[in-house]
Amino acid sequence: MLCEVCRERDASVHLTQVVKGEVTLVHLCPKCAAEQGVETTVTAPPKNVLGEFLQAVQQQANTSQADAVRCTYCSMSLRDFRATGRLGCSRCYSTFEQSLRELLRRVQGSAKHVGRRYVVPESNVLERATTMGELRDRLRRAIENEEFESAAALRDQIRDVE
Amino acid sequence: MLDLALLPDGGIGWLDGSGEHADIVLSTRIRLARNVEGYAFTGRAREGERLRVLQSVRDAMPHVSSLRAGVVLRVDEMAPNDRQLLHERHLVSKELAGLEQLQAVRGGAAVVLGQGVGVMVNEEDHLRLQALRSGLELTDAMAAVERLDRELGSRLPYAYHDDFGFLTACPTNTGTGMRASVLIHLPGLVLTKEIAKVLAGLQTMGLTYRGLYGEGSEVLGNFFQISNQTTLGRSEEELTDHLARVVRHVIQREHEARRVLWRDAGYIIEDKLWRAYGTLRFARSLTFDEAMNYLSGVRLAVGLKLITGLSVYTLNKLLIFCQSAHLAYAEGRALTESDANLARARYVRQALEAEADPLA
Repeated sequence: MLCEVCRERDASVHLTQVVKGEVTLVHLCPKCAAEQGVETTVTAPPKNVLGEFLQAVQQQANTSQADAVRCTYCSMSLRDFRATGRLGCSRCYSTFEQSLRELLRRVQGSAKHVGRRYVVPESNVLERATTMGELRDRLRRAIENEEFESAAALRDQIRDVE
Repeated sequence: MLDLALLPDGGIGWLDGSGEHADIVLSTRIRLARNVEGYAFTGRAREGERLRVLQSVRDAMPHVSSLRAGVVLRVDEMAPNDRQLLHERHLVSKELAGLEQLQAVRGGAAVVLGQGVGVMVNEEDHLRLQALRSGLELTDAMAAVERLDRELGSRLPYAYHDDFGFLTACPTNTGTGMRASVLIHLPGLVLTKEIAKVLAGLQTMGLTYRGLYGEGSEVLGNFFQISNQTTLGRSEEELTDHLARVVRHVIQREHEARRVLWRDAGYIIEDKLWRAYGTLRFARSLTFDEAMNYLSGVRLAVGLKLITGLSVYTLNKLLIFCQSAHLAYAEGRALTESDANLARARYVRQALEAEADPLA
């Protein structure tokens, strides 16, 4: 069947129009349909907001020198994050706290959790003690090696846990 | 081969057609993303870590009421068709089932199926707690998944931060870690071309939509999955209340669209829908997309009371059971595409014949 408007191309859009109770069928090609402003397809679902998010990370990483910083637990860097869109472990959130706070505000519209609160179960206090021991060991090593920047970060982390 | 009898309620309790607005809302799902403190997130964890995460869930199961009688299915040890089958039943994500291109199934990938709830283990996050219900049942789904979360969280130390909430691999899930979604059938809005407006409206209200199988899937059979877009800065309750309000409004718009169609183009609609029924009832070969589209038409016809005697449960079941892994399972062998089309048409024909004849 030919398009009723251009009479050149095949009609693949069959539009049922209802005007003042009068029902008509119109056969159009996709091009003429588009020209008449007929939506022929349902728009594709929106892309994940992550794309936007990663772009934001990119911009931020360019303006700071945050790229070099690595998570002390899983050794992920902001560069890795940019490539995958995923953080490596829960400690990444402290390592990249400032960058993330800014990004969360941008993407989620907020950087403050107001939902259910959570307290780690008692039986896991022991585990936290192990974490503290590990942090103190690392701090000692950092001071010995005169890595003062990471020592300062470790000291802050220990304060956080305490 | 996977023994489906092992699954609590066969994993299809959510299809039973019960629940509010079940003719328009196929299902409600709430999932919470959680990670276990002490291990790198799944994508960066070694296989040993992932297996320890799985073991810690197994250890917690006897202490969690809804998981006590649950089953653990090792997705990583399953044949591809069985993984696909679980995905088609909406019990595991495409990622967990290892069906994504370039991403094979991960060692330690598993799903725990309990009483009305499930836990995907070693998905993008260590744990994805979820409750799936028939119809619009956000409150019920929320109650079930919240209880599971409380009980499991008192056994396993979740990764949590006072400001950022529950920590997740992807920062778009951080905070509540909650995604509440409603799978809704909107043929009226599609046919009246109102749908684009409605979908654009959703996005201005902090909601998003996807196709039948979630992220990245296409819109098929006029099914849309509407869910919250953000997870931080609002409580679980605020997020679900907002979603419920908007979904009720969309349902109202869908009813209005159907009324307009029926009033202004009744005979055209009637013709289209009976043709859909006729094709499903008598066709000898059906592709999946065809089946989905005709089933959408028949579902609309049932909603308009044009076709009676056909239950929502049957329609729901058809959607799931006419997918290729389900057909292969039923036939007990791998099917080529054309074999699957034949098997699909046969299955649909028999299911419709078994129901009361709408022509009688």
